[in-house]
Amino acid sequence: MKRSTIDIWVGVFVALGFAGLLFLALRVGNLTFSTAQTYQVQAKFANIGGLKVRAAIKSAGVVVGRVSNVTFDSESYEAIVTFSVDAQYRFPRDTSAKILTAGLLGEQYVGLEAGGDGVMLKQGDRLRLTQSAIVLENLISQFLFNKAAEGKDGK
Amino acid sequence: MAERTVLARLRTVLAGLLQGFERLGHGASAKIWRLGYAARFFAYLLLHSGTAFRRFGLTIREIYFTGVLSMTIILVSGLFVGMVLGLQGYDTLQRYGSSEALGVLVALSLVRELGPVVAGLLFASRAGSAITAEIGLMKATEQIAAMEMMAVDPIARVVAPRFWAGVISMPLLAALFSAMGIFGGYLVGVQLIGVDEGAFWSQMQASVDWREDVMNGVVKSVVFGVAVTWIAVFEGYDAPPTAEGVSGATTRTVVFSSLAILALDFVLTALMFTGGNAK
Amino acid sequence: MAGLPVVEIDKVSFGYDAARPVLQGVSLRVEPGSVVGIMGQSGCGKTTLLRLIAGWLKAGAGATRVLGESVGELDSEGLFALRRKMGMLFQFGALFTDMTVFDNVAFQMREHTDLPPELISDLVMMKLEAVGLRGAAQMMPAELSGGMARRVALARAVALDPRLMLYDEPFTGLDPISLGVIARLIRTLNDSLGQSSIVVSHDVEECFGIVDYVYFVSAGQIVAQGTPAELRGSAASFVQQFVRGEADGPIPFHYPAPGYQADLDGEETQSSSLATAQACHG
Repeated sequence: MKRSTIDIWVGVFVALGFAGLLFLALRVGNLTFSTAQTYQVQAKFANIGGLKVRAAIKSAGVVVGRVSNVTFDSESYEAIVTFSVDAQYRFPRDTSAKILTAGLLGEQYVGLEAGGDGVMLKQGDRLRLTQSAIVLENLISQFLFNKAAEGKDGK
Repeated sequence: MAERTVLARLRTVLAGLLQGFERLGHGASAKIWRLGYAARFFAYLLLHSGTAFRRFGLTIREIYFTGVLSMTIILVSGLFVGMVLGLQGYDTLQRYGSSEALGVLVALSLVRELGPVVAGLLFASRAGSAITAEIGLMKATEQIAAMEMMAVDPIARVVAPRFWAGVISMPLLAALFSAMGIFGGYLVGVQLIGVDEGAFWSQMQASVDWREDVMNGVVKSVVFGVAVTWIAVFEGYDAPPTAEGVSGATTRTVVFSSLAILALDFVLTALMFTGGNAK
Repeated sequence: MAGLPVVEIDKVSFGYDAARPVLQGVSLRVEPGSVVGIMGQSGCGKTTLLRLIAGWLKAGAGATRVLGESVGELDSEGLFALRRKMGMLFQFGALFTDMTVFDNVAFQMREHTDLPPELISDLVMMKLEAVGLRGAAQMMPAELSGGMARRVALARAVALDPRLMLYDEPFTGLDPISLGVIARLIRTLNDSLGQSSIVVSHDVEECFGIVDYVYFVSAGQIVAQGTPAELRGSAASFVQQFVRGEADGPIPFHYPAPGYQADLDGEETQSSSLATAQACHG
């Protein structure tokens, strides 16, 4: 095997390997080198369920941003969620945020519903209207409780 | 008379037990001694790696033998593993009516686990054993000794280029394996079964994080590459210079590096993914 | 033959473990320009002696001086510097099997010098011409016969014109013609390149033909020394046995063993010991 042939094959191998990595990162992992500007908005939730950092923020089904941080407020005992919203999307100040679930058992995401205020949200603002995640256990216990109550009434 | 036989029997039992313990202790200390030697060898190898980079041609030559020649088996295996994942995954997912999640299943299992692990196992048996056999034979035929006699450090000249070639090749092979597997899953899921193509890719892109999943997979494959090639070069260099010695060392390379990959995989997964989810 | 000796070994002892000494109080000298033979049966410590000189092993006691350096006290850098002035021909050549003959001979020049490729090419061809194998330059070691491989290894060993050549059993496994060729090459290379050489061998005829001085080693000690002519005339019974290749003599035919009768009665002793063991348990 001559030296130059080896070099060519190794070159092909390395190029293919990097192409594979690039494919994994870009096409599979959806790595976007978005230098697009974002602005941060915060919202308090009584319960965020299983919401995680980097979860999608959708409005009318379109991804408009990502959750960038989740912390716990030890004064109000609520979760503070920070959203990074794409700067090209503007929302009124009275926009409400809900934590929703994709499908019955799918991932949780944040849904934004625009309000009617004329003033737009800007960096550092806080959303007033929020709706917490639906926790399945709570739902079930509520349902059972209601059923039990109904049973008592019936008797 | 009866007492005497009981005593004698007790004595034999005790002696046997003691001998057993002694052998156990001796075996354990020999293992630990060898582990220490392997660690010292590794440190020496890292310190004498200058040649492998200064004369990169040597390393390129070894990348040809470890990487390029392993490419076929990696690509073919990756394709089949991905196709099987596509079939099995679809079979399970469609029972819950979520067959669009097929892309997620295929991509996550390949990128996080199967890519690095299966590629690592194939790499250990294809390239690791070849490295051990080659270095072991060089030792058996006195080529290593001849090199030392010519005032050339065989660890710098022979071992280090092979080690670095393995470390460079392994992540690239794992990436090729995963990419090929996802393509296989796509072929079966989308082209054959008819899962919606848009859902296949978009769900995948929504749930696979390039840092949490793809990069962690790459980190795994680098760690596996270091472990496998370290074991391979050490076993080769430490092999008794006989035919049986070399064949025994080759077997040990495959066994130990496979075990190392599986054990390290558990440790790395525990470190990476529970850490990520807890946040 | 003036000047300091190239190799001077003074009362050297060595053993892999304390119980079995391999060498005991060995002394020998190699004068500049001479070819010295070290002879003895297999396993008598000849190769160990060679390894002491090359610095692979460190002597337990005594002084080993090679080319003016005390081998036992050198660190690995000093040892490598010393080895650049030495060449060694291994028993079966030990050519690098993944390189061509040309690359094998060029190996040390490329590793240790910054010579331009054209000059290296010329030097390699000169060395190969000296062993008569210029035409085999582009062959792989696997394509060579045993004798040719040995000659290539010789060309490789003298690539950097070493001052001291060590030959470890250079005649083993060669046909008579190749054997003669190698023997002649050892002598001519030594004289034309101004080297000194040590030949470790048990091949009496070939060795006596080319060496200036011979040491006989037996059981880790030097038992006889002298020029080949002196030794041929020697009355020492060991030398007589070795030179004539007699089966029995001071070196016994039998490996030390307990009484023959005891071994023949082995079955009986074994069964009797079994019987005692059973008696013990029962």
